[in-house]
Amino acid sequence: MPVRVGVVSFPGSLDDRDAMRAVRLAGGDAVPLWHADAALNDVAAVILPGGFSYGDYLRCGAIARFSPVMAAVIDAARDGLPVLGICNGFQVLCEAHLLPGALIRNRLRKFVCKQQRLRVESTASPWTAGYREGEELVIPLKSGEGAYVADERTLDDLEATGRVVVRYLEENPNGSYRNIAGIRNEAGNVLGLMPHPEHAVEALTGPGTDGLRFFLSLTGADAAGLQR
Amino acid sequence: MTANEEIVPNETMVAKQAMGAQQLALDTVEVAERTPDQPQPAAELGLREDEYRRLHEILARRPTSCELAIYSVMWSEHCSYKSSKIHLRQFAEKAPKTDALLVGMGENAGVVDVGDGWAVTFKIESHNHPSYVEPYQGAATGVGGIVRDILTMGARPIAVLDSLRFGPLDAPDTARVLPGVVAGVGGYGNCLGLPNIGGEVSFDECYAGNPLVNALCVGVLRTDAIKLAKGDGPGNLIVLFGARTGGDGIGGASVLASASFEDAKPSKRPAVQVGDPFAEKVLIECCLEIFAADLVVGIQDLGAAGLSCATTELAAAGAGGMDVDLDLVPLRDPTLAPEEILMSESQERMMAVVTPEHLDAFLALCGKWEVTATVIGTVTDTDRLRMRWHGELIVDLPPRTAAQEAPVYRRPVKRPMDQDIWLEHDGHRLPRPRDGADLQRTLLRMVGSPNLADKSWITDQYDRFVLGNTVLAQPEDAGMIRLDEATNRGIAISVDCNSRYTRLDPYAGAQLALAEAYRNVATTGARPLAVSDCLNFGSPEDPGVMWQFAEAVRGLADGCLALGTPVTGGNVSFYNQTGTTPILPTPVVGVLGVIDDVTRRTRTGFGTEGAVIYLLGQTRDEFGGSEWARVVHGFLGGHPPVVDFDRERLLADVLIDSSRDGLIASAHDLAEGGLAQALVESCLLGSAGARVVLPEGQDPFVALFSESAGRALVSVPRTAEERFTNLCSARGLPHARIGVVDVLEIDLDVQGQFAVSLRVLRRAWRGALRARFS
Repeated sequence: MPVRVGVVSFPGSLDDRDAMRAVRLAGGDAVPLWHADAALNDVAAVILPGGFSYGDYLRCGAIARFSPVMAAVIDAARDGLPVLGICNGFQVLCEAHLLPGALIRNRLRKFVCKQQRLRVESTASPWTAGYREGEELVIPLKSGEGAYVADERTLDDLEATGRVVVRYLEENPNGSYRNIAGIRNEAGNVLGLMPHPEHAVEALTGPGTDGLRFFLSLTGADAAGLQR
Repeated sequence: MTANEEIVPNETMVAKQAMGAQQLALDTVEVAERTPDQPQPAAELGLREDEYRRLHEILARRPTSCELAIYSVMWSEHCSYKSSKIHLRQFAEKAPKTDALLVGMGENAGVVDVGDGWAVTFKIESHNHPSYVEPYQGAATGVGGIVRDILTMGARPIAVLDSLRFGPLDAPDTARVLPGVVAGVGGYGNCLGLPNIGGEVSFDECYAGNPLVNALCVGVLRTDAIKLAKGDGPGNLIVLFGARTGGDGIGGASVLASASFEDAKPSKRPAVQVGDPFAEKVLIECCLEIFAADLVVGIQDLGAAGLSCATTELAAAGAGGMDVDLDLVPLRDPTLAPEEILMSESQERMMAVVTPEHLDAFLALCGKWEVTATVIGTVTDTDRLRMRWHGELIVDLPPRTAAQEAPVYRRPVKRPMDQDIWLEHDGHRLPRPRDGADLQRTLLRMVGSPNLADKSWITDQYDRFVLGNTVLAQPEDAGMIRLDEATNRGIAISVDCNSRYTRLDPYAGAQLALAEAYRNVATTGARPLAVSDCLNFGSPEDPGVMWQFAEAVRGLADGCLALGTPVTGGNVSFYNQTGTTPILPTPVVGVLGVIDDVTRRTRTGFGTEGAVIYLLGQTRDEFGGSEWARVVHGFLGGHPPVVDFDRERLLADVLIDSSRDGLIASAHDLAEGGLAQALVESCLLGSAGARVVLPEGQDPFVALFSESAGRALVSVPRTAEERFTNLCSARGLPHARIGVVDVLEIDLDVQGQFAVSLRVLRRAWRGALRARFS
């Protein structure tokens, strides 16, 4: 039985189809979840995709966090449901206080779209078990408000407890504190990152397939057996 | 071609002010009949005296103020194509025979059959004047407008491209206009979730007071799911849905394009529409679910001329009549007068024709997406468009007279006196580089010049990954999108124009633009199928400009016939000038191609170690309108390169077949900057060095910098070399072996002339735009 992975569509979600494709390529069963529907339909994990939920009016992710589906996601995440927030999804997770800190406008005040080099700092989450610590990845980054910020104590705590999951290499693309690209919660089941692993799952359409293991880690499928 | 969001003719006054005087008393049909002699601001709204008289004949009375508003926008240059129509007919008259064209010119966008039951619709459109006044919103709503045109055909929009032209890179105003336009194109497209896969950016003095912002959108649908803008079936309901109607953009179709920008003051800003990409994203998803459930009889987007255009066009193309109650239009600003409601260009609105039994299902889907939807009228077979306001009849007109029977003008055409002087001063005495060191200096200067430099400062602000089907994006020769994950069928698109060529010879220049876009598509391995064009010119009232226009259209129509690629639609933008000085004529040409298997696509960069570099085509001493003459000597003159469509077709065939059969490892079209620029780009994009031996017996300067058309640079894996050269020989395509790719090499080594490191080249190439804006 393929693992059922829910992908939430808010009004204004953009990368929801891409997240579903990534789940399928990783051997999972992608289940669409609608923002206005509190039911999670027995999924084993949830992805909050990239985009501009509710137009990102007020603040990125600020409105999405109050949607009916998020009430269910927040409860389930506290009970250990694996949740992956990508870009706008990461912003929603911070607004929902499932992850600490916040994402603010890029230092150069411009939208940045690039193939970003990253280093995996921690593999202790159901989304990153397939990576090696210290491994370098190339994954697209595309965001206007991607600078991760938090107070010094939070940052120190994240570092000390191994909760910084991926870090930017080379030039910091957006002004994120301590080059942080993604973090997880204490239990490890909730992960948020700004780069888009769902856009690095096919060599044809991305910089490579470095992002696929985020999804394979969860589905437990064998990458070699799934190659098309 | 139909109406869209621009502007145009020779109006001189703010329409809103003109209408203001009318708002005191409601000008009903009955009042109009009673007061035949009441003065009306027809001239201020851009209507000529004979046009205004014609309205009296059509209506058998004077128009009401609302009718005047409708006719003034529908008969504007922008909506009616009254000056260009007689020329544009050639696109139909000379159209090559093809089975691929499912919907041709005249609808919101053309539709092309790309095989396996898939159809693709695409169109390019200008938003030049608003983008100068308010760069961010002007460019953003330019993207929004063309995306709605594509959506209206029943298609899911899948990609955008943009063709941008600005004043000199170092001009003070470029620092205002360029970042604003780029942020607007990106801000809207990124938020819609449409990958931006290509386009062009160039700089010239002539655009300093009149930048060009042309946006292309492409969409995909099944061949049996095409929707048309027809208000059929008496008794069917007219539903307005999407954003509420506000005061923005009122008179946009009349005000901004007064003959020049000299008097464009901040006070005119409200005439530029304001975009809300989130509203449009939701509208797209809502429409696609409505289409999938087959709930509409006809559909039209609201662009230029807003409700005036949508109601008259739907009625004219359908059963012929329509009754509308304007009181039912949802408003953002309740103080709007009916004239303003009719002229408002508020964005993100659509109009659908729905049968009564489908209305509940239609409204339910709008409810799901939280899109406001309101029934505002019904289809009739009365052949009259009737509108009421507070119960009074304020519009009663035959819709075809507004939408289809605008006046048509044969404007005077005269070849400018100085045209020969431009051709005769051909610059053949301009000093040329004499030795290798000179050539290297020239190369570095060219590579770092604004038009040839890397544009990633701009394109890195555009999302090219979203939707997960982008196979190629800028800086590749063409953008490529996978349509079908199961079969790998895909499309490629490129947009091109060199306005300097077109200034010297508008007929040849338009053909060179077509040839380059065609070649760029073929370079990736896709077969060119169809064309969309955006014709940016000065004032049609200037006989010299009209000559440029007529020649460019004739050249493009002849070229499309020769290449077998029909024009499917497009847009004309006149009055692009500063004072009385027109822009260089800029007919931007977009070519769409199809590829059976996107995994066979050819990339631009060198990458295969030891691959042999071939130059395809013939190089002549052609520097008229060249980048070299501009960058090194600030000179424009002479004849542009010769166009040979037989050669272009042959070259395309070889590139496409070689791509399919795996004979080439990379391919790059030769254009501005010639072979030198192509070598630099293929090296830098592939991060690979190359050793090059220029063809014997040819002046190294001509070999490196000539801009002869019909050429491409390819690298061929050694194992395929014999098959490749046999193919070229058998087809009769000139091919010269000029070097080898060396992945480990850090130089571009032009033997006997110079060697320059990739690091130095990259710094020069990438530095120009970054240094200006970062």
